[in-house]
Amino acid sequence: MTAKTRRRPPVLAVLSTAFIVLWLVLAAFPFLWTLWGSFKVQGDFFSRQDWVNALTGVHTIAETGGPFTGRGYYGAWVTKEFWRAAINTGIVTVSVVLISLTFGTLGGYALSRSPHRYAFWILIAALIFRAMPHITLVSGYLLPFFQLNVWGYLTTAIVVLVAINQPFTLWMLHSFFKSIPKDLDESAMVDGCSRFQAFRMVIIPVMWPGVVTTGLFSFLLAYNDFAVTATLLTQDNQTMVPKIASFLGTTQVQGNVMYAVSAVVSATVPLFLLVLFFQRQIVSGLTAGAVKG
Amino acid sequence: MPHRTFIWFILPSALAMLIFIALPIVSILVQSLFVENERVLVTVENCGPFGCQKEVRVDAQATAALQREHPLGRFNGLGTYGNRSHLAFSEIAAIWNARPTLAGFLSEVMTLPFYRALAFTLAYTAVVTPLVIALGFFIALAVDALPRMVKGPVIFMSLLPMMITPLIGSLVLFWMIDSNGIIGASIQALANDPSLSLKASATLAWITLFVYGIWHSAPFAFVVFYAGLQTVPQDTMESAMIDGASRWERVRYVVLPHLSPLVVFVALIQLMDNFRVFEPIVGFSAQANATSLSFNIYNDLRSTGTPLFGSAAATSVLTLAGVALLLTPVLVRTWRDFKRSR
Amino acid sequence: MKTIYGFAMAASALALSTGSAFAGCGIDKGSVRILSNDFPALQEVVAAASKCAGDGVTVTKNLTTEHEQLMVPALSANPSEYTSVFVATSSIQPLVANSLIRPLDDYVATYGKGIADKQKISIGGKVMAIAFDANAQHLFYRADILEEAGVEPPKTYEEMLAAAEAIRGKGLMQYPIAGTYKAGWNLAEEFVNMYIGFGGAFFEPGSAKPAIDNEKGVAALEMMKKLSAYMNPDFLTFDSNSVQAEFEAGNAALSNFWGSRYGAVIDDQGSTEKITSEIKIGPAPTVGGGSIPATTLWWDGFTVARNISDEDAAATFQALTHGASAEMANAHTNDAVWLIDGYEPGVEAEVVLKTLSMGGKTYPAGPYMGLMHTALGNEIVSFMQGKENAEKALADTEAAYTAAAKEQGYL
Repeated sequence: MTAKTRRRPPVLAVLSTAFIVLWLVLAAFPFLWTLWGSFKVQGDFFSRQDWVNALTGVHTIAETGGPFTGRGYYGAWVTKEFWRAAINTGIVTVSVVLISLTFGTLGGYALSRSPHRYAFWILIAALIFRAMPHITLVSGYLLPFFQLNVWGYLTTAIVVLVAINQPFTLWMLHSFFKSIPKDLDESAMVDGCSRFQAFRMVIIPVMWPGVVTTGLFSFLLAYNDFAVTATLLTQDNQTMVPKIASFLGTTQVQGNVMYAVSAVVSATVPLFLLVLFFQRQIVSGLTAGAVKG
Repeated sequence: MPHRTFIWFILPSALAMLIFIALPIVSILVQSLFVENERVLVTVENCGPFGCQKEVRVDAQATAALQREHPLGRFNGLGTYGNRSHLAFSEIAAIWNARPTLAGFLSEVMTLPFYRALAFTLAYTAVVTPLVIALGFFIALAVDALPRMVKGPVIFMSLLPMMITPLIGSLVLFWMIDSNGIIGASIQALANDPSLSLKASATLAWITLFVYGIWHSAPFAFVVFYAGLQTVPQDTMESAMIDGASRWERVRYVVLPHLSPLVVFVALIQLMDNFRVFEPIVGFSAQANATSLSFNIYNDLRSTGTPLFGSAAATSVLTLAGVALLLTPVLVRTWRDFKRSR
Repeated sequence: MKTIYGFAMAASALALSTGSAFAGCGIDKGSVRILSNDFPALQEVVAAASKCAGDGVTVTKNLTTEHEQLMVPALSANPSEYTSVFVATSSIQPLVANSLIRPLDDYVATYGKGIADKQKISIGGKVMAIAFDANAQHLFYRADILEEAGVEPPKTYEEMLAAAEAIRGKGLMQYPIAGTYKAGWNLAEEFVNMYIGFGGAFFEPGSAKPAIDNEKGVAALEMMKKLSAYMNPDFLTFDSNSVQAEFEAGNAALSNFWGSRYGAVIDDQGSTEKITSEIKIGPAPTVGGGSIPATTLWWDGFTVARNISDEDAAATFQALTHGASAEMANAHTNDAVWLIDGYEPGVEAEVVLKTLSMGGKTYPAGPYMGLMHTALGNEIVSFMQGKENAEKALADTEAAYTAAAKEQGYL
């Protein structure tokens, strides 16, 4: 919105700012608490005596000699080689995002432009597909995957994540494409473009806000997935989240829990960069004036 | 769009979904109609570190022979759907006949695993979905009005609840709400009740899960709406201003209609995700007070060495049916939009 | 201190095994692929076995909390993804029922000279697994608190209730008892312990018909209820991690808790010397005038898959026998109660042995006990919350079990 429509009466501005501050406190407090706690030992951060221990660091001082310790980070990244999992996550998420968006943009565009009844039913089927609990799907994959000898590879996990994510991607992009006026590509076609040319020349330049937003969610899905990656990957191919789960193990070992906490904090750094990029894309999509009502 | 072009556009996506979702759904449907073959049992002498004893075990050869004859197991029709772990028809009939009052009847029914799970699942869906949409919308409006400088960090911080893997997020929160944790202790101090525990009472455990659900999903709604706000047509806004529309009227008559496809989208996704609620129950160890349909599936598949595939399949199919039912109003609306726009 | 000690131990173990690796493993070639649960004892065995790798022998491993759902599909494929699965008392059942693991008698005869008889898990006369550690729940208590309250360490659950009352009465602790009462597997395990203490049986002899809806079942539930009155109100969320933390924080004085955790509870992390030096361990209490400790004994062991080449099977057996050696056990005395000959038992191991000599029973694993365990874990929760009586809870458990057992073809 432009500056003119954005100007607000002061009362509303104060209320709005207060609301956003309150929300930010609620949203970020558990994370900040974790960030702080990742430099403590388990006895403090997960204290059963008194939560104030996490602030004062009684046990941290007793066990390490100082109020802060980098033990969790050292253990996760050096001793437990968390960087391997980070590389695997990088491969998986980038592949999943690229493939999901390619498939999804093509499909979502077609669905938003088709006047036929089957387009609607494909959308409904995709919704029903999405309602399937992942745990049931994953349990069903195991036996065929072992028999075909494809279990354990990053490629398998990528393909499954793309497929599982496809209904969401299709729906989201379909909704975005619907908000792009039909006249845009249809006039291009009147000018002699084929459907694919119209898609490439006219739609692709204006679709970025929607695609980037969808990409963000695809990214988060692949990045945070546990159900698929924990059961379909070998230990060497583990991505970050199952690796973090393995720090906890079946019975938690003192100290290793802090590896998990430190690893989680580290894992948010790429997300921070991603969001900054995302923000710029969204705004540039706007300032280019590409989308008009 | 001609059929042929349409097929080429949709093919990659459709293929992926067919192989990895549609096929498994068909096999799950089939599976839910069968139960395992009869197991042939024999009594044998078993020994271990703690001595020997006579124990029953499965005669693997005889059972495998049966399995070869009937690879799918025994046909059970809709039997699994009607048994005690699912719709429990005969149990409900028995309770109905034994209990004169409606309240007594309902409380008895709530001890059956499926209905217990359904009650929480529906309550969770009904509470969390609208609040996520409302909260997300207001955050999006407020963030959109911020100066550009701070937008990036604010968006990042707003996304945190969704970005931290629930595995650790709930572990940390679980400790924070412990009666010795920072949130739990603060609530005790606020309520002036040292015995207050968010984990022990059913009501508080439900509220905790609801709050977590809203907190965790609000960023999703926020991001979608925020992206949508970027494309609000400026000329319409300006002409509305010139016509003297108040701020609220502009939101009501320009912004909301523009966002309505996105609201429908978020509602669909949220209804579905909330109906499948699972992770917070495990994360908060709340299964004593709250179970969901997805939790029941997990319980069937994971808690014993031999998974109850038939039972899990039946619950999955019932979940699909439940989602389809819930989504009907939204779908009817989509259908109307679809017919109007073509 | 702990890390330096651990590091020194690991280094010396490494030095020992590199010196003797080839002599100890003696494998020509083959592929060893291990699937296992993820906790310290198993990690040590796998790590020691991994040292057999090299020169034609490969060792890969997957230690994961998800092992139980992976094992049956992974071993069903031919050749199977893994050559060995680490199992426990109950998780061996599906592998035996689907004949996915091979008898080990020949391998024991050829390569297993050091394997003690008590390590051999035989089913129907054939050795199907080699156990290497044991575990059971035992009495953990705070000696100083009991002394202050003027009570002896309890030998029965009735005495435990009296001790808890004395501790609370003197204002020493509000919730003196801790227990792994988390709804689900843990709560069911507590019932199994207590019910066995009362001398109960879970099934009608020789069949899969449930038989827990009786006065022993009611007595077991009532005792659990009485104990829970002295527990933190959140007791239905307490797993072994929480109970350990409660002890370390000095919030609990009495518990029937896993022996394998003793080393971790009394180590120098997460607590203070003042508390940990007073935490003692004794045999599990008896209940209801019975003589059998109200606990169940568990083992962990390894198996060898059926659908693999004989070469890989031989390599796997040798590597794992090497992994579960006395050397390894003595290098990691804190991590488990090892069953391996030549291991010098620590205090918790002596207690396990004492429980055994008192007539302690092994966990009654059978093909359908898993279904019973799950049913218990779900259905007795409402009783513990005071929402229904014991008879109703037990009847519900039997009904839930029956529905599951019918689906699995046992009834």
